[in-house]
Amino acid sequence: MAGEAGVAAGMPTVEPSWQDEIYDLLRRSGVTQFAYVPDAGHRVLIDRSLADPAVQSIALTTEEEGVALLAGADLGGARGVLLMQSSGVGNCVNMLSLIKGARFPFLTLVSMRGEFGEGNPWQFPMGQAVQPVLEAMGVICLRAERSEEVAPAVAAALTMVFQSGQAVAVLLTQKLIGAKPF
Amino acid sequence: MKTDLVTLTESPPSPLDRREAVPALIGRHEDFLIVTGLAGTARDIAALTSDGPNAFTMAGAMGGAASLGLGLALAQPTRRVLVVTGDGELLMNVGTLATIAVLNPPNLSILCVDNGHYGETGNQKSHTSLGVRLDRMAAGAGIAVVRTVNTEADIAEGARALRAQNATSFVLLRVKEGPPAAFKRNMSPAACRERFRVALLAHG
Repeated sequence: MAGEAGVAAGMPTVEPSWQDEIYDLLRRSGVTQFAYVPDAGHRVLIDRSLADPAVQSIALTTEEEGVALLAGADLGGARGVLLMQSSGVGNCVNMLSLIKGARFPFLTLVSMRGEFGEGNPWQFPMGQAVQPVLEAMGVICLRAERSEEVAPAVAAALTMVFQSGQAVAVLLTQKLIGAKPF
Repeated sequence: MKTDLVTLTESPPSPLDRREAVPALIGRHEDFLIVTGLAGTARDIAALTSDGPNAFTMAGAMGGAASLGLGLALAQPTRRVLVVTGDGELLMNVGTLATIAVLNPPNLSILCVDNGHYGETGNQKSHTSLGVRLDRMAAGAGIAVVRTVNTEADIAEGARALRAQNATSFVLLRVKEGPPAAFKRNMSPAACRERFRVALLAHG
C-alpha cells in the first residue's frame, strides 16, 4: 500500500497517521473484536490489534465469516469491526441477510481496489460493484478520499452503527490509500 | 467412477435418531448459550429449549452458524457457547473450523448433526454421505477435542466433550436419515436477536 505504490500514484511514502488515529477511535468506542482477511490497506490496524492484549484479533478464511462473527459479538454485548478489501465484499453478500434481517449493528472498513488508478484489471469487476452491492443489502456507504476525512467518517460510522443500530461501510478509496500499479 | 478417497473413508450408517441423540448429548440446555444453523438443527434446538431465549436459531445465512458462535464465545468468555449445526451448513464454510481452531476459545463447542443429506431441499446426499469426514476436517484444522458419536455407547463421551473446559471441542453426531423434532418456532430474526440479548444482557 505504501512505498512503491504510493510513489506511483504520487502519494506520500510515509505510513499515514490516520490508520493509528482510527485504531484509537475504534478502541475508545469499545470495539474489541477485530476480524479480517489480511490486506495491505489494513496493515496497521491488523498489527495493532495483534499487539493489543485487550482485544481479540481474528484472522478469517473468508470475509463472510466476519459478518456472522460480528452478529455473534452483538448477541454477546460486544462490538466488532470487519476489515476487508473490496473483493471481500462479494464474499459477504448472502451473509448480510443476517445483518439486515435481524437488524444487527454492523461496521466494516473496506480498502478499495479496482477504481482510481488501478493497474490490475482483475480488481475492477468487484471494486466497481462494492457500493451498489453493499447498498442493495442495506449497508450505508461512507467514502473517504483524503486522509483528513478518515477519522470523521469512522467516527460518524461508529455513531450510526452502535448508537443507531445501522449497518455501515467506510470505503477507504484508492485516492486515499494509493493505487497499486500491479 | 468412485475415487480412492471415497472408497477409503466410507462409514457404516449410524443407527441414531437425532430426536433422541441431540437432547441426550446436550443435557441441561440452560447451561449453554446456543446458536444453530438453519433447518433441522434449528428445529432440534427450538424443540429442546421450547424456542427459548438462550437459543438463536437461524433459517438462512447458511454457513454462518459456527462463526456466529465464535463471536458470541469471544464476547461472553464466562458462558458456555454451543453451536449446533448440520453437515451441509458447516460444509458451506468449512474454513471456519480453521478460524476457530487458531483462537481455540475454551468456552466454545460445536455439535455437528451429520445426517449425510440436505434434508430441507429434497434429501439429496451431502458430501458426508460420499466419504467426506467432518471430524477429520475439524481435527485437521487443529481443534483440540474432537469426538465422533456413532452409537448409543458414544453419547456419554460426546456429552463430556461438549462441556470440555480447556479447549474448543467438536462433536460429530452421525445420525440416520429422518426428520428433526417437530416444532413451530419464531422465524423472525429480529425478534430472536432481541429476545436473546434481553435475556443475556438485561441484567448484566
